[in-house]
Amino acid sequence: MRMRIKGTTDVAGESGFAIKPMDQFEVKALFGGDVSWYTPTNVTLWMALTVLAASALMIYGARGRALVPSRGQSAAEMAYGFVYKMVEDVAGKDAVRFFPYVFTLFMFVLFANLLGLIPFAFTTTSHIAVTAVLAFTVFFSVTVLGFILHGTKFLGLFWVSSAPLALRPILAVIELISYFARPVSHSIRLAGAMMAGHAVVKVFAGFAGALGIFFFAPILAVTAFYALELLVAVIQAYVFTILTCVYLKDALHPSH
Amino acid sequence: MADTAASGPGMPQLDVTTFSNQIFWLVVTMVVLYYVMSRVALPRIAAVLADRRGTITSDIAAAEEYKLKAQAAEEAYHKALADARSEANRIVEAAKADMQAKLDVELAKAEAEIAAKASESERRIREIRDGAMDMVSAVSKEAAKDILESFGAKADARSVNAAVAARLKGGAA
Repeated sequence: MRMRIKGTTDVAGESGFAIKPMDQFEVKALFGGDVSWYTPTNVTLWMALTVLAASALMIYGARGRALVPSRGQSAAEMAYGFVYKMVEDVAGKDAVRFFPYVFTLFMFVLFANLLGLIPFAFTTTSHIAVTAVLAFTVFFSVTVLGFILHGTKFLGLFWVSSAPLALRPILAVIELISYFARPVSHSIRLAGAMMAGHAVVKVFAGFAGALGIFFFAPILAVTAFYALELLVAVIQAYVFTILTCVYLKDALHPSH
Repeated sequence: MADTAASGPGMPQLDVTTFSNQIFWLVVTMVVLYYVMSRVALPRIAAVLADRRGTITSDIAAAEEYKLKAQAAEEAYHKALADARSEANRIVEAAKADMQAKLDVELAKAEAEIAAKASESERRIREIRDGAMDMVSAVSKEAAKDILESFGAKADARSVNAAVAARLKGGAA
């Protein structure tokens, strides 16, 4: 309801070149009406496209299953090898059984970020609700896994046995706080990077309309910034995945 | 909260009313994506990668085998070459010895012939010389007799012959 009110107030703005960088993040019902928990929205659309894009690469791209891979199959195999090696190197060989989940996370974040760079697209990963669910899922599953595998020994993660005895309680408090800060930084990092980049692109694009004959300057800036955003989209997917692997490593091998 | 979102630059990210919608669709998406990846995509790619690794390993093994075969063939070739060379040497030696033997026989025959011819020639030369010597003494005796007669001296044939023979002997000596 409030969404539509906001839209009308913006259109009613003074000049024709009102810059509205945050409009792109609005959640709207696809077929009109209010947004309830099950309404198909632009979130639904762009998440579905994310699944389609990831499946297109991993299934359609790799459909040849050739001994000498085609370009699409090479890309799919590279993604597979990249994440597999990351899990193996960072979290250890016994973390390989969680590889499908880590790979799913990587694919979702990567394609959501990249699809969000298409003009007029909606970036699902720019929403803290989405990234927080992803991060807290990792956080809870990793914590539960740690207790299942190691019982109370998992708490040794907070008890730095290499430090002097007097310092250990203080370090334990710091470790505990940093442990609980993990999902927060994990989620805000991704959503923040996505949101900031997209908002900046939108602001520059607005300048292009407002500057009249000098429209080309902001367009050049947007072009350059777009390349940077492409890099950020991939790097943030990588960072999100490697942090997941690091947390997984702590659950599997809690000793310092 | 609702007011900030409605007025100006609010953040749609903080609009709590859309959270349930986003979370619901995220969970649906993640479950679908997880099933598609873990049940279809990843096993396929893992199979292709394992297949490739297997092919590469077996190809390397086959290449190793072929290399050993090539080495064996090269050794056999070298051995055959050495055999052929020694056989050729043997044949050449035999031919040489054969030729030498024949040559020796021929040489000996030729030498014998030459020696026979040389002794024959010597004998004939000696005959001719002897004949010549006899002729010289006979002519000398005749000439001496004629010279003596022309001087009017009478000389008996015996003493003249002895004197001529002594002279010829001295001249020949």
